[in-house]
Amino acid sequence: MQNTVQEAQTNRFSFSSLGLDIRQVLMLGVLVVVWIAFQILTRGLFMSPVNLWNLSVQTAVVGIMVGGMVLVIVARQIDLSVGSVLGFVAMAMALLQVSAPLGLGLHWVISLLLGLALGVLIGAFQGYWVAYWGVPAFVVTLAGLLVFRNATFVASSGRTVAPMDPTFRVLGSGSIGDVATWIVGILGMVFIVYQALNNRRNRLKHRLPVRPVWAEWLVNGVLILLTLGFVLVMNAYNYPGTNEPRGIPVPVLITLGVLIFLAWMTRSTRFGRYIFAMGGNPEAARLAGINVRRIMMQVFMLMGLLTALAAAVQAARLNAATAGLGTNLELSVIAAAVIGGTALAGGSGTIVGAALGALLTSSLQNGMVLMGIPTEWQNIILGLVLLAAVFYNTVFLRNRRL
Amino acid sequence: MKLFLKGLALAGVLAGAALAQGPIVGVSWSNFQEERWKTDEAAIKAALAAGGAQYISADAQSSSEKQLNDIDTLIAKGAKVLIILAQDKDAILPAIEKAKAAKIPVIAYDRLIEDPYAFYLTFDNVEVGRIMGREVLKVRPSGNFIFVRGDPKDTNAAFVYNGQREILDPAIKAGKIKVVGEQATDNWAPDVAQRNVEQMLTQNANKVDAVMSSNDGMATGAAAALQAVGLLGKVAMSGQDGDLAALNRVALGQQTVSVWKDSRALGKAAGEIAIQLAKGTAPTAISAGGEKASIFKDGPKKVAMNSILLKPVGITQANLNLVLDAGWIKKDVLCKGVDPAKVPVCK
Repeated sequence: MQNTVQEAQTNRFSFSSLGLDIRQVLMLGVLVVVWIAFQILTRGLFMSPVNLWNLSVQTAVVGIMVGGMVLVIVARQIDLSVGSVLGFVAMAMALLQVSAPLGLGLHWVISLLLGLALGVLIGAFQGYWVAYWGVPAFVVTLAGLLVFRNATFVASSGRTVAPMDPTFRVLGSGSIGDVATWIVGILGMVFIVYQALNNRRNRLKHRLPVRPVWAEWLVNGVLILLTLGFVLVMNAYNYPGTNEPRGIPVPVLITLGVLIFLAWMTRSTRFGRYIFAMGGNPEAARLAGINVRRIMMQVFMLMGLLTALAAAVQAARLNAATAGLGTNLELSVIAAAVIGGTALAGGSGTIVGAALGALLTSSLQNGMVLMGIPTEWQNIILGLVLLAAVFYNTVFLRNRRL
Repeated sequence: MKLFLKGLALAGVLAGAALAQGPIVGVSWSNFQEERWKTDEAAIKAALAAGGAQYISADAQSSSEKQLNDIDTLIAKGAKVLIILAQDKDAILPAIEKAKAAKIPVIAYDRLIEDPYAFYLTFDNVEVGRIMGREVLKVRPSGNFIFVRGDPKDTNAAFVYNGQREILDPAIKAGKIKVVGEQATDNWAPDVAQRNVEQMLTQNANKVDAVMSSNDGMATGAAAALQAVGLLGKVAMSGQDGDLAALNRVALGQQTVSVWKDSRALGKAAGEIAIQLAKGTAPTAISAGGEKASIFKDGPKKVAMNSILLKPVGITQANLNLVLDAGWIKKDVLCKGVDPAKVPVCK
């Protein structure tokens, strides 16, 4: 420890003085390589504003859920039901808001709120069996997968329920325009600077090691440039037949909001830290006076809420709820979490890593379709990427422990 | 218990014999819980009643083991013809052997039972693709086409695609139609179809004239992708199933055709075939639903079977009255947002 403190305080260039999670930097590196490769293979189409805009929207549904899945896995659990729950909640929201005789024709706000409540309730139901009765989450949520998928079929008689309310659709297919995008972007940049200064002051106050000044500039400079690039790209894609920029898509804004909130929550709230304590060593957490059962149930409720939010975005984006919506989605969400460095043994995982994992998988899907690679091969490649990521994580963790 | 069941079956036979004038037709459903089979059942019952036959049935509740027992029971109850909606096309084969031994004709209803003894009745899935091809070709004889295919593991997806290509290939070979994108869709999932269409649009700078979607659910995804770039209604699009949302799109001019397989026509044909088989008509001489029996040998094992493949109907803006008159869709669902001046059905 002493050694690292000294190293971090020197002004010589070294990677460790950047104070970054090496795995996240590596993932970012992989992402950059994948993007450049696709850029070449698609002759410049991949990194065009249109495609990056689409890519960000295509990542939104998994992006909203993946943070919740990280927490579930950190708590040494798993949730296999999220795809089915997404389908069920989306169908519920559609049946509530689509006009009669197909649906009830309620106001979209009511249908959204009831849908979110339904998600929390389902999470609480599943979490209850896991937390208070010790039924393995694998089994409880496998049951949930069957129950909610088939309940969706029963509730809809297998029919597609559409169209959704035009205002509701903004959640999945709207965007905020160029002015609001600049405002969001500038707020983001100000926040990065504030966060950096605040963090440094706090660490100095508590005599904790800080990055050298040049490293602060580099890390935060890169973050600010990424934010600026994001704003410019989102504003470079216009509405069809106009010169009016679309700006940040609403589903992407929701995803970013969710991810930032979860990242803050895991670091700075008692609830967040308890989840990691519990996942690292449940017995020790219990003996330390943490109400392990309640926290566990709350983790599932949070997962349910995020799934319901993703359901709203998905139904709004598709402009319909179908009985099969979200089939196999649990696999994409778990894969993104695992590729993002979440350890299936529990206790370890980050929101940022999982977000990068989600972006990497959707980039691969997006780019491969753009190249016209057949579905079967896309799935084979995604499977191999998952294997490679888990292999790397396993080796990484083993070496760190030695 | 077994003895009791046998006694019950015997009592059933006696009661049946006492009541019925015509032959008994036994129907074995794979899973009656699904909404659509209720429509089929009503049509089968009506056709049997019209021919003076009696209807008995059993529901296997998605269990292929239970379905074997169900068929034993139906035979014990005195069924002279069996109509089977197989849960599993291979696991059902022992039951076909039994029926064959008892000289009871079998109709494979809607799903293939690949045994030469069975009479196969279904909709012609290749024809579904052909209708899509013909209707889209009518409105877009040339241009850039993309194909949104069904699940790569589903044989029906291949049938539909082959039908589309059969019609479009001459124009493709002549260079009038250019295939600018093609993707199969895992599980026929609409959200996956939406993503794939977004990508194919990007790939072609939105220069797409027709979307050959293999069903209506995926057309829903394609429609959302088209709408995002302002192309909805400007691009020809196919689909099948007569989904309510798709029929509404047809009325709105956003989808060219939805191929509709009227399950009542299928049920009626099954009843008619059952009566002919009960009267001892040779399988090769059967006719129903305006079709004569022919040989089907396009199954996975290429077994030659007597069959009737019903022609589905392509629903376009010109014949929306068909689905309306059939009670398949309510007028306010079909005509939501439609200008009645443009679509006479919606007046």
